[in-house]
Amino acid sequence: MSATSEKREIVVEARGIHKHFGQTHVLKGVDLSVEKGEVVVIIGPSGGGKSTFLRTLNFLDKPESGVIKVAGMTMGQADGGTLSDAGLSRQRQQIGMVFQQFNLFSHMTALQNVMCGPIHVLKTPQAEAMADAKRLLALVGLADKENNYPGQLSGGQQQRVAIARALAMHPTVMLFDEPTSSLDPEMVAEVLQVMLDLSERGMTMVIVTHEVQFARKAADRILFMEDGRIIEEGRPEAIMGSPRNERTKQFLNMVLGEV
Amino acid sequence: MIWDWSAFFHYLHSPYLLTGAAVSLGLSMGAMLIGLVFGCCAAMMRMSERRWIRTPASIYVWLFRGTPVLVQLIIIYTGLPQLGIKLGVLASALIGLGVNEGAYLAEIIRSGIMAVPKGQFEAARAIGMTWGKTMRIVVMPQAMRIIIPPLGNAFNGLMKTSSLASVISMEELLRRTELLVQVQFKVLEIFIVAALYYLFLTTIWGFIQTRLEAYASRSVAQSPSARTSTPVAAVAIPSDAS
Repeated sequence: MSATSEKREIVVEARGIHKHFGQTHVLKGVDLSVEKGEVVVIIGPSGGGKSTFLRTLNFLDKPESGVIKVAGMTMGQADGGTLSDAGLSRQRQQIGMVFQQFNLFSHMTALQNVMCGPIHVLKTPQAEAMADAKRLLALVGLADKENNYPGQLSGGQQQRVAIARALAMHPTVMLFDEPTSSLDPEMVAEVLQVMLDLSERGMTMVIVTHEVQFARKAADRILFMEDGRIIEEGRPEAIMGSPRNERTKQFLNMVLGEV
Repeated sequence: MIWDWSAFFHYLHSPYLLTGAAVSLGLSMGAMLIGLVFGCCAAMMRMSERRWIRTPASIYVWLFRGTPVLVQLIIIYTGLPQLGIKLGVLASALIGLGVNEGAYLAEIIRSGIMAVPKGQFEAARAIGMTWGKTMRIVVMPQAMRIIIPPLGNAFNGLMKTSSLASVISMEELLRRTELLVQVQFKVLEIFIVAALYYLFLTTIWGFIQTRLEAYASRSVAQSPSARTSTPVAAVAIPSDAS
């Protein structure tokens, strides 16, 4: 699927995002805009604010200042002022999120996990939700695991179910918060493959990851984030090949040196 | 004659005492329901980010856990009329026992909810569930697994505590036992019958509780690697992961 004809449509836009945790200034004015179908990968050292920034995009962490627009909506803002809980929940339906710890609902089977959002949030009819959920589980290669509970699945399988669960809401954009960081090495590839497939299907994605090789392959653009700021950004070959910033250079040497 | 068997068997199926036992059971169930409502509200309030919501709930729990339920019952039934608040025997007993129970249940419910990993809450929010749906569909079903055992114990305790309502002349099992003893004089036989009735109620409840616990943890029972399952269960059930 080609997204080139719509390349200029902005799906995610963040401007001047600031966030504190207590005394710590975690985000110091972060800007980002993501076009439809674009895959943006955020890399950088731990504690640099990558995950926090991603979590502000769907308001799981509310920024103290700055504006976030997703799919034309200003997050957390209604015409009259601050948005109600129900209104914010409606906005979040447009934004899929995948967590480092998978966070599958542990009292539901894989199929129930994927159906849960459509049924309870979108009020999709049961049969339709189930057909869609089965299709998505097949898409992530887990058609035969639909009746397994999360505790019966490996980490990689759980994360793929989690991706299917997010996709079931038919989101405009998908956020990935270190999706492979708590996986055993042999399971990383299966999850990255699903993400790669998604990007080829034209899904707009913002990914926080330590998988630099994956970033090189999948990203349209890489952001290097440190100390609450985006220090450098550009196309993968530019960032990986000839980073301009000294810190980016150090970081990449360190990460790639280990591979 | 030290022990009168025929009197014992006579009272064992006395309609007067049986009705008393039924009242005790009804009173306990009613108080438990009130307790659950108060307990849920107080538990949610105590988890709020806002101090003005948290504080009243904390005071409630502190007050009712810190004073004897017997004193609370007497204050409600005998003391409140002084302020013009006149409650009947049944209303006083239900409110006294229920509100007191709520203070204990609040802590049970709160600890159950807090034992559900935060990620479950975030994942539900991220797929667009409102706070209410998140609690109802994702958090509470998981919290129930943790809450049900202590909740069942609380109900067991409540069936026995309900006997305190006899002091405000509620005609439940203990009160009726005392009234019967006053005219029939078979003290030991009649009280043993009453004790057996209480034992019967708590035993039946014990069976029900076991079933409830099994039902609430059905997803865990099938998942060997779930963190909450015991090591024994983990060994006994073969892994399905391929």
